[in-house]
Amino acid sequence: MTDTTHGIGGLTFDASKRDWPPEAGVAIALVLITATFEILGRLIYGESFLFNTREGVDGLFNTQRLQVIILQVSIIGIISLGVTQVILTGGIDLSSGSVVAMTAMIAMSFAQVGDINGIPNSRAVFFDSGWVNLPVMLPVLVALAVGLCAGLVNGAFVAYTGIPPFIATLGMMVAARGAAQWWTAGQPVSFPTESYAAIGGGMMPVAIFVGLAILFHLILKYTVYGKHTYAIGSNEAAARMSGINVKRHKLMVYAMAGLLTGIAALVLSSKNLTAQSGMGLMYELDAIAMAVIGGISLQGGRGSVLGTVLGALIFGVIISGFTFLKLDAYYQEMVKGGIIVGAVVLDQWRQGRAARKM
Amino acid sequence: MSDIQTNISAGDVDHADGHPGDVILRTEKLTKHYGGVHALVDCDFEIRKGEHVAIMGDNGAGKSTFVRQITAVEQKTSGRIWFDGAYRDFNGPLEAREAGIETVFQNLALADHLDVPDNLFLGREKTLFNLGPFSILDYRGMREATMAGLQKTGVKIPNIRNTIQYMSGGQRQCVAIARTATFHSKLTIMDEPTAALGVQETAQVENIIRTLKEQGEPLILISHNMRQVMELCDRIVVWRRGRVCANLNVAETTGEEVVAYITGAKTQPEYASAA
Ligand SMILES: Nc1ncnc2c1ncn2[C@@H]1O[C@H](COP(=O)(O)OP(=O)(O)OP(=O)(O)O)[C@@H](O)[C@H]1O
Ligand SMILES: [Mg+2]
Repeated sequence: MTDTTHGIGGLTFDASKRDWPPEAGVAIALVLITATFEILGRLIYGESFLFNTREGVDGLFNTQRLQVIILQVSIIGIISLGVTQVILTGGIDLSSGSVVAMTAMIAMSFAQVGDINGIPNSRAVFFDSGWVNLPVMLPVLVALAVGLCAGLVNGAFVAYTGIPPFIATLGMMVAARGAAQWWTAGQPVSFPTESYAAIGGGMMPVAIFVGLAILFHLILKYTVYGKHTYAIGSNEAAARMSGINVKRHKLMVYAMAGLLTGIAALVLSSKNLTAQSGMGLMYELDAIAMAVIGGISLQGGRGSVLGTVLGALIFGVIISGFTFLKLDAYYQEMVKGGIIVGAVVLDQWRQGRAARKM
Repeated sequence: MSDIQTNISAGDVDHADGHPGDVILRTEKLTKHYGGVHALVDCDFEIRKGEHVAIMGDNGAGKSTFVRQITAVEQKTSGRIWFDGAYRDFNGPLEAREAGIETVFQNLALADHLDVPDNLFLGREKTLFNLGPFSILDYRGMREATMAGLQKTGVKIPNIRNTIQYMSGGQRQCVAIARTATFHSKLTIMDEPTAALGVQETAQVENIIRTLKEQGEPLILISHNMRQVMELCDRIVVWRRGRVCANLNVAETTGEEVVAYITGAKTQPEYASAA
């Protein structure tokens, strides 16, 4: 009775032979893509993509390039952490880019200085009310609240009306963009306080992205919230029959995605020192692409935060690699598109192959 | 297709022990319509503490529908449910489960991408610290309880930490059954628990059911297997086209008679409306 190495039907089980996690495949892809740029760079220009070749500079790697690679994907990466959770439940969030713009516009309005080099900043949104030079906590809380609200609205529609997530978040995508324009009648919001500008300065976006990635990795793996997220994406009916409050959980997941989008808006507007109603365009698609490239299955239930982080890095390497090879941005977009479709095909194929193997 | 088996093995009919006590569950005129489909009509049903009752009937007779109403997986159209001392109107499966109804659903209700302990504890995870939804999972505790539960029920799974998506139908069924057997309950419902199982595994599940009987735990068993029902249950309630058409004491009936009720050849006078 205690012998559990024999399965039903007397099959034996080899405990040493476990399936590779899907993240391993993504990591290999990352290495292969990086190696390709390294080889092409050396062949075409005689330059190294990754390694430090400059005279008089210490270090094995080209640190500057590594920093750029991760810095340019950090902000969308933050959004992608939320999108990952939404996709894990079998949903989708198309509103992230617009919510970034709306949140940035509103939050930045509470972060403006009262005067620039002694001249009153009369174009500040709340100049007449005297709401300038406010403590940085205020715009931060506003950003979190606006992002959270957008997420709650998404979640409420998805969970309680039963309309497809695609439609609910498409509506938010259009509405939030409109709200971003309405807020200042299309005018950009600029001149934040120094403490606000510090949020997204230097390598701060990377630090925030990495910190949040670790936090959500732990949450998804070790908490009830994470377990239910996977369970709903894996089999929603089973989750409901097992007593999980599926509707409330979906509401929480979309709210979480909204909150992360709010944080991204904060970091982005701070880094750019300005907020414009047109910002964050197509971010939702890049965020989805990072997750999908990282092995998050669009059918839900499969993938991990680690995969999404690797997906974001692949993204960064591709952008930097194309710049490095002095190729036009058009090619970049075209290749990105190809890689997204390729990642989904690979996911389907992986599932099919795993089923055939059994 | 009707897959009723009439080979009753005489001799070890086992229904004498376990004296039925008070009523644990009673339904009054329980009805469920799916649009125009009357899947369940005016169903009066009763089970007492310690009693094992079988529900039989052809495919589509409404047996699983009955289970889904009791467990509040679906919202009933009309009727009342009395459970454990009071009329209850469960607002969702969690409430039914918390009230003490454990169910093996016909479609098993398992999450494919999770492993065995995760599935066993789905919806009532063991946690280390209570932080609401962000409570930390007690993976170790769940794993140990799973091993203990599987051993107690004699279920053998090669590696409980594999996701269950590629497990055989029988193995999946064993996981679902182990889930109900691991948790103590006031009423256990099994919807065709041995439908996909081989000879040995069926015997194991039947042993689990006998253990429940010894412990005096009531059971509703939905099954097409006549031998099994005759061996394990005290009473057989026959369903036909959404209605109850017979209520038979196992000691006073035969397999042939049950089949006659299932196929519609016979109807008890008190259920004449089902004819
Ligand atoms: N969601 C639904 N919508 C419409 N009709 C349904 C639905 N669920 C069940 N039915 C119908 O209700 C009837 C009873 O189905 P039910 O699943 O209860 O049968 P059953 O007695 O469990 O059969 P089986 O022995 O095959 O499991 C069937 O005619 C079925 O088609
Ligand atoms: Mg059924």
